[in-house]
Amino acid sequence: MSTSQSPAGDTAAPAGAGRTGETLLEVTDLRKHFPVTAGLLRRQVATVKAVDGVSFSVRKGETLGLVGESGCGKTTTGRMIMKLLDSTSGKITFEGHDITKYSPGRMRPLRRDIQMIFQDPYSSLNPRKTVGAIVGAPFRLQNIQTENGIKKAVQELLELVGLNPEHYNRYPHEFSGGQRQRIGIARTLALKPKLIVADEPVSALDVSVQAQVVNLLEDLQDELDLTYVVIAHDLSVVRHISDRVAVMYLGKLVEIADRDDLYERPMHPYTNALLSAVPIPDPAEREGRERIRLQGDVPSPLDPPPACRFHTRCWKAQDICKQVEPPLVELSPGHMTACHFPENTTVSETDVVAKAAVSPEVD
Amino acid sequence: MSDAKRPAETLNGGPAEVNAGTAPSSSFLELRDLKIHFPTDDGLVKSVDGLSFKLERGKTLGIVGESGSGKSVTSLGILGLHNRRNAKVSGEIWLDGTELVSASEEQVRRLRGRNMAMIFQDPLSAMHPFYTVGAQIIEAYRVHNDVSKAVARKHAIDMLGRVGIPKPDKRVDDYPHQFSGGMRQRAMIAMALSCDPELLIADEPTTALDVTVQAQILDLIRDLQQEFNSAIIMITHDLGVTAELSDDVLVMYGGRCIERGTANEVFHEPEHPYTWGLLGSMPRLDRHRSERLQPIPGSPPSLINLPQGCAFNPRCPYSDQTGGLSTSERPELRETAAGHLVACHLHADKRRQIFADEIRPKL
Repeated sequence: MSTSQSPAGDTAAPAGAGRTGETLLEVTDLRKHFPVTAGLLRRQVATVKAVDGVSFSVRKGETLGLVGESGCGKTTTGRMIMKLLDSTSGKITFEGHDITKYSPGRMRPLRRDIQMIFQDPYSSLNPRKTVGAIVGAPFRLQNIQTENGIKKAVQELLELVGLNPEHYNRYPHEFSGGQRQRIGIARTLALKPKLIVADEPVSALDVSVQAQVVNLLEDLQDELDLTYVVIAHDLSVVRHISDRVAVMYLGKLVEIADRDDLYERPMHPYTNALLSAVPIPDPAEREGRERIRLQGDVPSPLDPPPACRFHTRCWKAQDICKQVEPPLVELSPGHMTACHFPENTTVSETDVVAKAAVSPEVD
Repeated sequence: MSDAKRPAETLNGGPAEVNAGTAPSSSFLELRDLKIHFPTDDGLVKSVDGLSFKLERGKTLGIVGESGSGKSVTSLGILGLHNRRNAKVSGEIWLDGTELVSASEEQVRRLRGRNMAMIFQDPLSAMHPFYTVGAQIIEAYRVHNDVSKAVARKHAIDMLGRVGIPKPDKRVDDYPHQFSGGMRQRAMIAMALSCDPELLIADEPTTALDVTVQAQILDLIRDLQQEFNSAIIMITHDLGVTAELSDDVLVMYGGRCIERGTANEVFHEPEHPYTWGLLGSMPRLDRHRSERLQPIPGSPPSLINLPQGCAFNPRCPYSDQTGGLSTSERPELRETAAGHLVACHLHADKRRQIFADEIRPKL
């Protein structure tokens, strides 16, 4: 467990415990259930369990990658961290403060510290405002006095993200996709945040421009000591920028580990399948590669499979997978996975899973 | 160089035979100096500006390039889907002995769907939301085959089953919105394949899909190609997908082909600085890349005002090593090895040396 204030001693241990570095953000058993209503009286008929018990922590200065297929709840998790969505239950701790129940008013000063980079650089910038107004908005909203006026501050920001400061008076449509994403990043950086939640920051960009933005994010992290939570479906990008990676499936965390550990020694069958599905840009390797092909689609989060949610598509599934939900356990230092029959692991570790699954105090 | 998989006839075309006149092509598909220009108020948009290639049945050609490089315009041009009032099409397109650019709309319409078909990127907007999936496949089939509705329906169910839709006899009466993204893409493929086309053009067929579903769709396309011996043009910006499926690869930049060769040549011995840039920008899943990504500086050019000389010269780190040729003269597509064509002013020996010394170690 991290050395800093840890409010979650009695609940499920946050993933990534036992590592150095101060914890900046801690998420404990976070849930978001969306009601489905029908009929004249808007009676609730079902619940979409978009996020269903997710725990992890993010240390200062690191990048946590959150990956999974569409509908797995990664964006919902990001929005709950941002407090753009209220969580159904669970706890979000930022710098030791429990911000879960903060009102919008109390949240406002904290918004300086937690910022977001959006996916679509076309719809996340107001087309009727100049770049200067867009990037300067955070200063005005937060009533922050800048040393040489807002304009100077904005121009410095534009320069920081590699844009021409003289473009202050231009409109978003005059910029290319990559440049717009830089404008969005400049706005995000305006108030010197500590934590940035980046939801698919490069997936709308061409590959050559994508690399520019990835490098920019890395440079800014070094320069400004930023902490990132990067939500992405592109496993190659996540491998490149993350220090640790968390894999989600149907609202649950199935595996979390250090980057290299996860990509070289994936334990959860789903992670294995996900990694083997990514096409490798090397025609010489297409013959020899061992592929795991999952059948069908992700089940509906309206009615997720009981116990282990992956059992309907898992080739290793046995009876226990349909009856007992596997807890997220640390099988090697810093490497946690929720599976009864993990891959790339020894027999003794498998026993740990079996014991943890049986012992009642875990759940 | 590995030429184990080189199709004997596909790539022996050099620029010399581009202007070979109007002799019918012996290849299954051949483009000769295809130009597609759009007159606009701002000037002439040269989306495709002199593209030539050949493709045989049973083979797959991967076309890669960034947005605005002319990939999709080429594919729509082959299918004759440009409005002749807005688009100026010149050059020749030979499909199995028929020239399509000079053919009447009625002639092309009869070929479209039957001899050539297209899988579009976004199945939700490519399918009509008002008609059932089955009705749309039946319509496509009956346009080209004089059969009864019942026979066509049976065929539609058969096709849906072939592409892996569960319970095809029930799902045939579903509307597109009732299908998941992956199933919709399968239904699109079923529709495209309903008349056993000899030429299949897939324009970003998996871009909107999750990786596990993408892997299923790529497998499906591969299997169906073996079954029908179709020629496939695979248009994508994802180099991984290209490497997975293509026999030959054509790299486009600014409306022109800048490099063409077998997949092995383009991925292992690329000779154009833009191809190097694409490969260097790409984060890798299969190996840990400690170095930074090597993005291409700048952004893709405007197709109205292409840079003088080589269209890539403003972004090319080696353009100063050609004695000014890069900025004054457009490089022709020249054969650098049998079947491997490159449009670059750098001397071939110099290119290979730069690749071996500077580029390969960083890939």
